[in-house]
Amino acid sequence: MPDQPPEKTSPYTTDRRIPGAFEGETVTRRRFMTASAHGMGAIAASAFALPALGFALGPVFERPKASWQDIGAADDFPIDSYVPKTITIVSGIGEAGRSTAYVRKRNPKFDHDAEDQYNQIVAISTRCAHLGCPVRFVEAAGSFGCPCHGGVYNFDGTVAGGPPVRPLDRFYTRITATGRVELGPRYSVNSELRRFSPRDPGEPIDGIGQYAYPARFTSPKRP
Amino acid sequence: MKLPTPPIPPALLPEPKRPGEGNGKVKPQDLAAEAGISAVGWIDERTSLSGAGRWLMFRKIPKGTNWFYTFGSASMFAFLSQAVTGVFLAMYYDPSPTRAYESTRYITDVAFLGEFVRGMHKWGSTVMVVLVFVHMARTFFFGAYKYPRELNWVIGVVLLILTMTMSFTGYLLPFDQRSYWATIVGVNINGTGPLVGPFLSDFLRGGAEFGATTLSRFYAIHMLLVPGALAAMIGAHLYLVAKLGTTAPPWVKAEPEAELTKETA
Repeated sequence: MPDQPPEKTSPYTTDRRIPGAFEGETVTRRRFMTASAHGMGAIAASAFALPALGFALGPVFERPKASWQDIGAADDFPIDSYVPKTITIVSGIGEAGRSTAYVRKRNPKFDHDAEDQYNQIVAISTRCAHLGCPVRFVEAAGSFGCPCHGGVYNFDGTVAGGPPVRPLDRFYTRITATGRVELGPRYSVNSELRRFSPRDPGEPIDGIGQYAYPARFTSPKRP
Repeated sequence: MKLPTPPIPPALLPEPKRPGEGNGKVKPQDLAAEAGISAVGWIDERTSLSGAGRWLMFRKIPKGTNWFYTFGSASMFAFLSQAVTGVFLAMYYDPSPTRAYESTRYITDVAFLGEFVRGMHKWGSTVMVVLVFVHMARTFFFGAYKYPRELNWVIGVVLLILTMTMSFTGYLLPFDQRSYWATIVGVNINGTGPLVGPFLSDFLRGGAEFGATTLSRFYAIHMLLVPGALAAMIGAHLYLVAKLGTTAPPWVKAEPEAELTKETA
């Protein structure tokens, strides 16, 4: 037997004549050490890298609670024009967390979307559906205009011209027992004013757009 | 060659050597030079850095190398200038939504040389972007991206993207109206990418809306994440430049050796 040349292809280290080989051993101790050292290194690296990654990605999967804020008495809002109301989108960060909503009473003359308890008061977001600049309601024209890229919206927030890809977003509203108006979470609408979970500006939701720009985990639950 | 003696009054001329002084007295500056040499020698004996230094600095460069070849190092110095001014701006800057604008105003209006250092950083960012593009154009038009330098072109593209990321994240930091709305628009442009865009936007903002942590996220990306990647990539870029050497300009034709073009028979 000792005169036989070592078998290079055998899985057993004894057959390959490796010094100090054990009976039935198929992995050399050198390979085992290398693999375990690399494995330990990989475990140590993932131990800090994975939590750090999760920490950075966490906010993408965080669903905030819907909040309702008082914006005035229901009787104060007109039926054929808008009143601008400063609203808080994110609290605790001062001016950067505030925005404006244009608010009016529901008017059957303009509003043909399905009526329910959340749109007796119409609250339109000033966030332009093109890229998010603040739009302004121009009383004389009865339309909304965006200063950045010239988007124009009709009185009901649908697109009249320019680059916007969908109507202006709206907010859920409800009227309390005492006649106060509370403004809730944002929702987006398609060109037929059907409600969708809020999308970022620039994302169309007609046709294939609603699938190409899916709802995000960060949208609060619908009321 | 002996240089002509400048017209110095005789009293100020160095004293001529006395006979038997040999190479002259050991003067303090000789001692200082000796100390410097021995300190460098001490380090080099333990690190062999002089070899690496020679490999990096004393390279053969092709005939025809000209001023167009300086845009790469110009870009690097623009980056170094951004890094240094950025580090010192961070000493006064406060990345909180309620304090950021005030701290920027403090840097500009109150802090000694603040306007200058902030100006260097602000205008330097534009200079860096311009230089990076000029450097890229030089590489393209001189054909310096061809074999075996393709990988260095790819690294250069990564550097370009990182530079743009720096510009985008840094734009928000003064937190005035312009930077706020430009960032809103920029993040929304990013969101128009189908399927992943909306989630990328949420990642950038740290939520569905521009919120409490958006500014600090941008700040961390701007001053920790990207500069580290940028410095590492510049290192790789420079290593490949030293390893592969530079190209001759396209108008310089290779001259084959006389032996190869000699008429035989």
